[in-house]
Amino acid sequence: MKKITVLLFISLFLLTTSNIAVFTQTRKANDVLIRNATVLTAARGTLESTDILIQNGKIARIGKNLKASANAQTIDATGKFITPGIVDCHSHSMMDGSVNEFSYSVTSMVRTRDILNPKDIAIYRALAGGVTAANLLHGSANAVGGQNTTVKFKYGHPIRMGVMETIRDAFMRARDYRQSWIEYEAKVAKKDKTAVAPRRNLELEPLVEVLEGKRLVHAHGYRSDEHLNLLLLADEFGFRVATLQHALEAYKIAPEIAKRGTGASIFVDNWGYKLEAFDSIPYNAYILWKNGVNVSINSDSDERMRRLNLDAAKAMKYGGVPEEEALKMITLNPAKQLGIDKRTGSIEEEKDADLVIWNAHPFSVYAHPEMTMIEGEILFDRARDITNRAALARERETLEKMEVNRAPASGGTAPAIPREKREAHRDDADGGHKR
Amino acid sequence: MKTALLNAPGGAETIDARGLSVYPGMIDAGTNMALVEIGLGVPGSVDLAENGDFNANAKAIIGINPHSTHINVTRVNGITTVLSMPEGGAITGQATIINLNGSTQSEMAVVPTFGLVLNFPRISTVSGFNPFSGPQTIEFSEAVKLRDKRLEDLRKLFKDTENYAHVKEAYAKDKSLPSPKTDLKMDAMIPYVRGEKPVIFTAERERDIRGVINFVKDLKIKAIIMGGQEAWKQVNELKQNNISVIYTNVYNLPVRDDDPYDSLFETPAKLQKAGVKFAISTGDQGPQVRELPYQAGLASAYGLPKEEALKAVTLYPAQILGIADRFGSIETGKIANVVITDGDILEPRTNIKYVFINGRMLPLTSRHTNLYEQFKDRK
Repeated sequence: MKKITVLLFISLFLLTTSNIAVFTQTRKANDVLIRNATVLTAARGTLESTDILIQNGKIARIGKNLKASANAQTIDATGKFITPGIVDCHSHSMMDGSVNEFSYSVTSMVRTRDILNPKDIAIYRALAGGVTAANLLHGSANAVGGQNTTVKFKYGHPIRMGVMETIRDAFMRARDYRQSWIEYEAKVAKKDKTAVAPRRNLELEPLVEVLEGKRLVHAHGYRSDEHLNLLLLADEFGFRVATLQHALEAYKIAPEIAKRGTGASIFVDNWGYKLEAFDSIPYNAYILWKNGVNVSINSDSDERMRRLNLDAAKAMKYGGVPEEEALKMITLNPAKQLGIDKRTGSIEEEKDADLVIWNAHPFSVYAHPEMTMIEGEILFDRARDITNRAALARERETLEKMEVNRAPASGGTAPAIPREKREAHRDDADGGHKR
Repeated sequence: MKTALLNAPGGAETIDARGLSVYPGMIDAGTNMALVEIGLGVPGSVDLAENGDFNANAKAIIGINPHSTHINVTRVNGITTVLSMPEGGAITGQATIINLNGSTQSEMAVVPTFGLVLNFPRISTVSGFNPFSGPQTIEFSEAVKLRDKRLEDLRKLFKDTENYAHVKEAYAKDKSLPSPKTDLKMDAMIPYVRGEKPVIFTAERERDIRGVINFVKDLKIKAIIMGGQEAWKQVNELKQNNISVIYTNVYNLPVRDDDPYDSLFETPAKLQKAGVKFAISTGDQGPQVRELPYQAGLASAYGLPKEEALKAVTLYPAQILGIADRFGSIETGKIANVVITDGDILEPRTNIKYVFINGRMLPLTSRHTNLYEQFKDRK
């Protein structure tokens, strides 16, 4: 199913984003047998001293004393922990600053997939934190987004009252647009020669798909009242909001969210950085879970993305979400919200072998991923990473000495080697930024 | 350590802590706690930066809001003492050390004016920001000249203050001399210029840390480095000059794409191995200071021994802040800032059971628990 994201904030966003697994190459991976691990399945409890056999990138078997073919790679995971790859339901990785479309209020035509940078180092760092899939969203600048941007003008409404009316107006227009196509097709069916096709509207088509239940809606918002108003508006137009993004105050309206079968993708404990985040509490995950809401814990940050395992652990501390339910909040639940749970998000036979091997229980602060694989292919291996460092340092040294990389101060041009991106807020002089 | 059987004096409250662990209260030595309520979009709640470049006489303790919501949110996670500092300009003002309990600033104060915060001048090729074309830049050589000039201004200010102090002293001894005109900024700087109190230099990159070391050697002052992203590249010089590091970069991304992915997680382990005195700090304005134990734990996941990780948020910050005679460990005679937990205090699954500050047991309530109580059973 296609997905659409409605972002509701100081302004309100609506955009399409097909869920994008960070890596979707279809390289052929060898068979892998992982032996004797503690397996946190995120679906069927924790399995001790268990083997996982991976064939053709899928989890072929889970059990004890499994046998692999002669050419399979065997990984001894005695004393290690294995989880499903982490799924981050809210991220802006790989977008190189192209997070917001500053044009119309309603830009349902723009697509994040058109601007992704597949070489962003954030991918590797995320893998090193155990993340294997992410939902890459637009930011929260304008009011509604689309698939084609031919004309640009300045953006939308500054306050909530106007934002809600902008959304209502957009869906009204979508409803009328849909009606005009229905009427046209009825005339065609009756072979009415006066039938004139309505002009295609790329802004409204995705919204029509929402009305027809063909697209999932991810709604971005902070305060509980704005999300509740959006749920009521969805009731009015007869569609379901799939997932509330951010939803920092969702705990205040947990029954209303649960009743509509809507999910929530939240920070576990980020709060206080702006007024809308002042009522964000770390018990949000627990209250939503207790009400039966599908909760995912997201990062919204290339930095936080690397430690989502610890964020999930906090859901146990604040309120007392059970361990497997907390693990689901960074694996199976976001996979469901993104409609990819048939393939990933838990360790079950026939699912993709998107796995993380940890040196300790992933909810321990002393844990780090030792290996991360997607569809059976090892894309992060800490031991190999450490081994390669000396060679990488030598390569950089060689590159630095080359004429093209001579320092600008000594008459050289801009260096062609990786530059510094500083994010420490006390050292932002080179245009680095925080958050 | 030797232990003895203790009898409680009459009237003492007894806590059965079987199965629980007792820790010293944690100390975050690099925050803006209680100077900022809501950082973005609510300027009326922000008391962070004075106008002007040289504000030695601005004291963080004067801006501390004893009723900030961040205080309770932080202490219920086991952090009992913080350094809070102003930002902005070259000399931002004087940092304060406070306990996270008290109805007034003086009740909270541990060391009201602890250190002079100095943003060490950086080479920056960014000269401004244009909303249409983005950052405006200048030539690198030009940027170096600008940095050198700002550094020279600071050096001159330190020298002028030294002279000012001499004149004041001379006048105090001999009133027949012309009376010096009072300068509040220089007055505030005297203990720092004389090396009686430490100057806290914010510096991240190697060349700036080197710059701090030269500045400190030249002016013979006491120094602490705040930030310290690349401090591990100057460990020998830091040790030789007795400069400690308050490291605020665990939750930060490596600066170069080809840096090892864990380089900033690993820095505390490198500093510890080299024998540099260091502490781990969140460097946070307030909301996320409660993350302090997890930052220390993460440093341990990447090489810092567990015991050292705990010390990096208890004893070591106390030593760097000069309060280890009273804080940072559980020893007879020290102030009872004590936290009792049901597990390893650095683990995110651990629950805090009791928090004591100055021997007073505090309720484990905060804005967050209040909202939780209000909404948890809403149907």
